[in-house]
Amino acid sequence: MLDLELRNNPYRDDKVMGSCSVFGMMEMRGRCVKGEPVIEAMSSMKERSNGLGGGFAVYGLYPRHSSDYAFHVMYESVQGKELTEAELERNFDVVHDEEMPTNPHNGVPDPPILWRYFVSPPPEDGTRFQELVAREVTHINTTVRDAYVFSSARNMGVFKGVGFPEDIARFFMLDEYRGYIWLAHGRFPTNTQAWWGGAHPFSLLDWAVVHNGEISSYGTNRRFVEDYGYRCNFFTDTEVVAYAIDLLVRRHGLSIEMASKVLAPPLWDRIDRMPEPKRALYSSLRSNYAGLLLNGPFSVIIGREGEMIGLTDRMKLRPLAAATGSNMLYLSSEEAPIRLVAEDLERVWSPLGGIPVIGRLGEGISYDDEEA
Amino acid sequence: MLATQLLAEFKIQRDEDRCIRCKVCARQCGFEVHAYDEETDRMVSDQSKCAGCQRCAVLCPTGALTVALNPQSYAPNYNWTRERISDLKRQAETGGVLLTGCGNDKPMRIYWDHLVLDASQVTNPSIDPLREPMELRTFLGRRPKKLEVVDEQPVDGHPQVRIDLPLIFSALSYGAISSQAQESLARAATAVGTLFNSGEGGLPKALRGYGDHVIVQCASGRFGVDPDYLRRSAMIEIKIGQGAKPGIGGHLPGEKVSRSISAARRIPVGTDALSPAPHHDIYSIEDLRTLIYALKEATNYEKPVSVKIAAVNNAAAIASGIVRAGADVIAIDGLRGGTGAAPKVIRDNVGVPIEMALASVDSRLRSEGLRNECSIIAAGGFRCSADVIKAVALGADAVYLGTAALVAMGCTLCQKCYTGICNWGICTTDPYLSKRINPDIASKRLIAFLSAWALEIKEMLGGMGINAIESLRGNREHLRGVGLSDWELEVLGVKGAGQ
Amino acid sequence: MVSSMVLRDVAVTHDHPDAEMDALEVSFQELNQKIRLAAERGTRRIVLRRVYGQRYIGTRLNGLPPVRVEIFGTPGNDLGAFMDGHVILVHGNAQDGVGNTMHGGEIIVEGRAGDVLGMSMISGSILVRDDAGYRAALHMKQYGRTVPSIVIGGTAQDFLGEYMAGGRLVLLGLGMRKHRMSFIGTGIHGGVIYMRGPFSNDQLGEAAEITPLRSADLAYLSAQIGKFGEAFGLPEEISPEQFSKIVPRGKRPYSSLYA
Repeated sequence: MLDLELRNNPYRDDKVMGSCSVFGMMEMRGRCVKGEPVIEAMSSMKERSNGLGGGFAVYGLYPRHSSDYAFHVMYESVQGKELTEAELERNFDVVHDEEMPTNPHNGVPDPPILWRYFVSPPPEDGTRFQELVAREVTHINTTVRDAYVFSSARNMGVFKGVGFPEDIARFFMLDEYRGYIWLAHGRFPTNTQAWWGGAHPFSLLDWAVVHNGEISSYGTNRRFVEDYGYRCNFFTDTEVVAYAIDLLVRRHGLSIEMASKVLAPPLWDRIDRMPEPKRALYSSLRSNYAGLLLNGPFSVIIGREGEMIGLTDRMKLRPLAAATGSNMLYLSSEEAPIRLVAEDLERVWSPLGGIPVIGRLGEGISYDDEEA
Repeated sequence: MLATQLLAEFKIQRDEDRCIRCKVCARQCGFEVHAYDEETDRMVSDQSKCAGCQRCAVLCPTGALTVALNPQSYAPNYNWTRERISDLKRQAETGGVLLTGCGNDKPMRIYWDHLVLDASQVTNPSIDPLREPMELRTFLGRRPKKLEVVDEQPVDGHPQVRIDLPLIFSALSYGAISSQAQESLARAATAVGTLFNSGEGGLPKALRGYGDHVIVQCASGRFGVDPDYLRRSAMIEIKIGQGAKPGIGGHLPGEKVSRSISAARRIPVGTDALSPAPHHDIYSIEDLRTLIYALKEATNYEKPVSVKIAAVNNAAAIASGIVRAGADVIAIDGLRGGTGAAPKVIRDNVGVPIEMALASVDSRLRSEGLRNECSIIAAGGFRCSADVIKAVALGADAVYLGTAALVAMGCTLCQKCYTGICNWGICTTDPYLSKRINPDIASKRLIAFLSAWALEIKEMLGGMGINAIESLRGNREHLRGVGLSDWELEVLGVKGAGQ
Repeated sequence: MVSSMVLRDVAVTHDHPDAEMDALEVSFQELNQKIRLAAERGTRRIVLRRVYGQRYIGTRLNGLPPVRVEIFGTPGNDLGAFMDGHVILVHGNAQDGVGNTMHGGEIIVEGRAGDVLGMSMISGSILVRDDAGYRAALHMKQYGRTVPSIVIGGTAQDFLGEYMAGGRLVLLGLGMRKHRMSFIGTGIHGGVIYMRGPFSNDQLGEAAEITPLRSADLAYLSAQIGKFGEAFGLPEEISPEQFSKIVPRGKRPYSSLYA
């Protein structure tokens, strides 16, 4: 998308505001399940959004292409498609491509051209390929007119657009997919000229982020990640959170738990009272990555291959409910939708501010509120 | 040991030949500036306490007093003005956040003074308002996208409030002002066919009869917000912020929390009435929606709900969110908005001028196709009817008047409201001082100035060839800018004079 | 969007002093309107089944004679917000904003409650069997003899009683786990917080201090413990002497900060 910045931020606001509802569901053994509970949960949280954006991220949805990278692309012109396909052919081994199946009786106005490509990665070094994908996707998204790649990861796909989440689900016929992680988002933005690409989740490689809240440190966070080569074209909090977590975890090798201590650190008073060497670690994380402290209310649910993470800001200004039962982990803006779609819940709780809930395939659920 | 390093702000000169020792000045001054010295049979004045409110000078029967700025000065310094030096010394002496009252008094550009109005000539006639009809009636509230008419009857969608002229008394809480002053506003609003705003102090029992003419505020402190208060109102306003102190809460110092304030606000006598910075149930735009609908449910959807914000950087995007959240009216308070108490540093440095905020909110809502769904009330230092009419041309449906109303009643903007001492009896809850406002007289003064402004507005409308105020709303073609840069003209959406 | 001016004739299961309603897939506007209509027709007890997230239940009953609403399911945010005197019983957990600016009545939650429980509450009572979230009793008020009360069976989180200006907040600390919240009573300038269970002084907000219990406190606590026991039963022995009493340090904790 050539004029990506303007597409998503037509009024040139400092930031595109919009706050919402989030939901996530993970099958802890890695078994792929239908998304109906997620769609129903989002529908019940309709009050939190306004129909100007809805979306889903699904992990594990392409069993026949499980080791391929799936690129989901939206085009606003045939020319954009041709240019993009030339780029993709040049850089990747595209084994299959097709129009994304959508429901013709969908009631969703003016969808763009939606296409997906399956790209086979070379057998050797995965990290370098990831870097290549990240680079190429950024290149397409900022220089190719009328084209926008909205997900680009292995066996993962994002489905999003302008409409209520349940309408988007119906449009993309999400009832035909199964995944072991489902994330969902309903948006309440403050500009009408909502663009399909501006809906959430925001995705970068296998990261998918859905977010509720409004980060007041955005300007600082944006400048920090841009120093590391990211470009914040969307002017949304979600985008900067995705870059922050990608930087800390994928590029700098921090664990999710430590990354949470950067994004939502304890107050200095509390850090000062910690025993060594914990105090030194927390102090160092916070002072070195001061530009990544996410200030202001936020609840995020982050997905990546094999993991689902829920985190709120350290002052707990946004709600987040977590629940487990029947090998499932649920995260939601409100408890009621979880109750609606799941029976036999073992444990229902509200994670404390700044303490992540992490579901890891094969390992179980980690929630350590010892030092809250 | 020096009590203070500060210079007196004002100098008091007494003409001894005129002074008849009637002691009116001593009785009138709540700051205890004047006193009678028995031994010398003279009035003595401690000018270091003088606030320059002119009460003594105005009431002196012989005109013996002149209160003027103290000409004593430091060496000229463009950077370290006298005010800057004094403020710093005061902080060094107290270690406190400096408080002040009234609105921003700093020399920032006033855009009203750079906008001029049109008049009709030749191509269409101007109208004579004294002899021909000129309508100022306005309705505030949400309008449906389409009016449903069934069996020739309109199907009522949303509640609306009628005002007979586009001037409303702004939020002046009981506690920030005296009950007599508030009653004067209530009476005047009722007589003239408009509304007054309770502010965040609740509504005293005595004023509950004015329900049809009151906008009740639900502010972050929720003072006095009970079901009766909500039911007996014309409109409910969620106060998110005000122009004088964007981002921080309200502050009624404990000195002003008397027995009757305690009753109206439902808090213990003598405690600080601190309104929290945010509503603690509004941390996000969807939370605002939650509160808007909670209030609609609590009043059976019978009252429009307004949301008042301070004019800040992203006012346009915020306003869009507010309308989508379900608000029927948006009130925007600019940087010149007044207050009874605010930290001086916030009052003078935070916020943007109402002219710019109003223009950008109006434009933004229009680009989103939302402008017709809500009403906009503009606030923040409106000084005359020309300011009002220019605001209407920029997009306002009505204008809130706060400082103007106080000045009409007697205020001289001495900025000492936060002390609880107001010699004019307005911004005080001291029973002795507040008796100085007689609602019979004060309400007449308010009615008089509102009527004068209404006439002036009609004159200016007539001059433009318009006979109904709604035809000027957002009609920026009737404005031109003078002495403004390109970006300013662009934000205001107005051409330069001659263009 | 339901218009209040056109009241549709909505069916209820019985037109009796008792009414039952199935809330599944009913919007909050429709549900609350149904409840109000039933109450207007004289129904005094309403049972709601399959509630999932509907907001403001109880709010729209304002102005009507007292009604008892029983909820099966999970009510949405702002349960009983601005309510003026009815009884709501939740057979399960509640979410954020329970009793927001409540002005009378009773809310009983057989489970936990979310954040900002009883915010700006001025009258009435709330009983929560398990824990509460952040900012419970924020800016709770009282006036004259009207003293609202909140009793929480377990613990709560940071900013408990922030800005409290009146009212009584009781935490039973069942299970005697250490309370971990910080900023207890930050900015408190009226009212009392009673806490049973261990916590340390550095968890108190600046404006708060601990003061000894008096006989009036013991009597009050006995009564509240009794009320809690009647509603939920008492899994362990609780005696009033086990509580700490937290009050404002002075009427104007911030007076020296302003000049």
